[in-house]
Amino acid sequence: MKKKILPFSVIIIFGIIFFIFYKGLEDSKIYTPDVNTKKEIPVFNTKEFFSGENVKSSSIFELDKVYLLNIWSSWCVPCRQEHPLLMNLNLENKLNIIGMNYKDNLKNAENFLKELGNPYKEIFIDLDGTIAIEWGAYGVPESFLIYKNEIIKKYIGPLNQQLIDEMSLLIK
Amino acid sequence: MKILRFVLVIFLLFSLGNLNAKESNKLNEITKNLRCLICQGQSVYDSDSEFANSIKIIIDKKLDDGLSEDEIYEYFKKKYGEWILYDPALNKNTYILWLLPLLIFLFGGAIIFKKLIKK
Repeated sequence: MKKKILPFSVIIIFGIIFFIFYKGLEDSKIYTPDVNTKKEIPVFNTKEFFSGENVKSSSIFELDKVYLLNIWSSWCVPCRQEHPLLMNLNLENKLNIIGMNYKDNLKNAENFLKELGNPYKEIFIDLDGTIAIEWGAYGVPESFLIYKNEIIKKYIGPLNQQLIDEMSLLIK
Repeated sequence: MKILRFVLVIFLLFSLGNLNAKESNKLNEITKNLRCLICQGQSVYDSDSEFANSIKIIIDKKLDDGLSEDEIYEYFKKKYGEWILYDPALNKNTYILWLLPLLIFLFGGAIIFKKLIKK
C-alpha cells in the first residue's frame, strides 16, 4: 500500500501541472493594451505650437465638450495617412480635435500642416515625449477620445474609417 | 604649473563622473525592470526607441524630485498596467506562478525526507 502512494501522487502532480499548462495554451499570449478603461486625463504644462506660449492642460480641455487628442509628428508616415481622415472629421464638426506634436522639428511640423491642412483646434508640443508618457501613450500616431476630462477610448496606431464610424457612435 | 592644471582637470573629471554614476545606477536599475512595451523582448534599459527614451527622461525627473523606486514603479503601473513591470506582483492572475515552485519544492522535500527516514 505504502509503495503505491508515491507513484500515485507523482502521477497526480503531473496531471495537475499538465492541466495548468494545457489551460495556459488557451490564453492569448499576444499583449493587448487596455484601451477601454476610463482614466482621468493627466495634468501638465506645455507650450502652444504656433505662439510658443505656455499653456496648462486645464485650459485646453473643457468639461462639456468632446475632444479627440491626436498625437502626431511630421516624421511619422502613418500620421500622413490618417491626416485626411482627421481633416474630414474636423469638417463634420462633431468634436474638437486637439493635436499633440510629438518629438518633432517645428519647421517640419509647420510644413506638414501647410501641405496637408490643419484639422486641429489647438496644438501643443511635446518636445521630449514625456507628456505622451503621462497620457499612457505608446508612440505616434495615437488618439484619445475625451469627455468630461476622462479618456473614454484610446486608439493606438493610425485611425481608419471604421474606427471613425465607431467613434461617432460613441459620441452619440 | 602645467602639471598642476593637468592634475586638476583629471581630478575634476573623475569627481564629476562619480557624481553622475550614482544617479544613473539607480536609473539603470529601474529601467532594467521596466518592459519596453513597443519592443520585442527588450527592457527600457536595452531599448533606444522613442518610447524608452522618454521613459528614461521621466524616471530621471522623478528621481530628481526624490521619488523612491517603488513610487516610480507604481506610477508606470498606473499609466500602462502591470505588464510594464518585469517583476509581477502576487494577485489572482499570478498566484500559480508564485506558488507552484514552492509547492513542487515542498513536495520534493517531503519525498526526500520520507526516503531518509525509511533508511
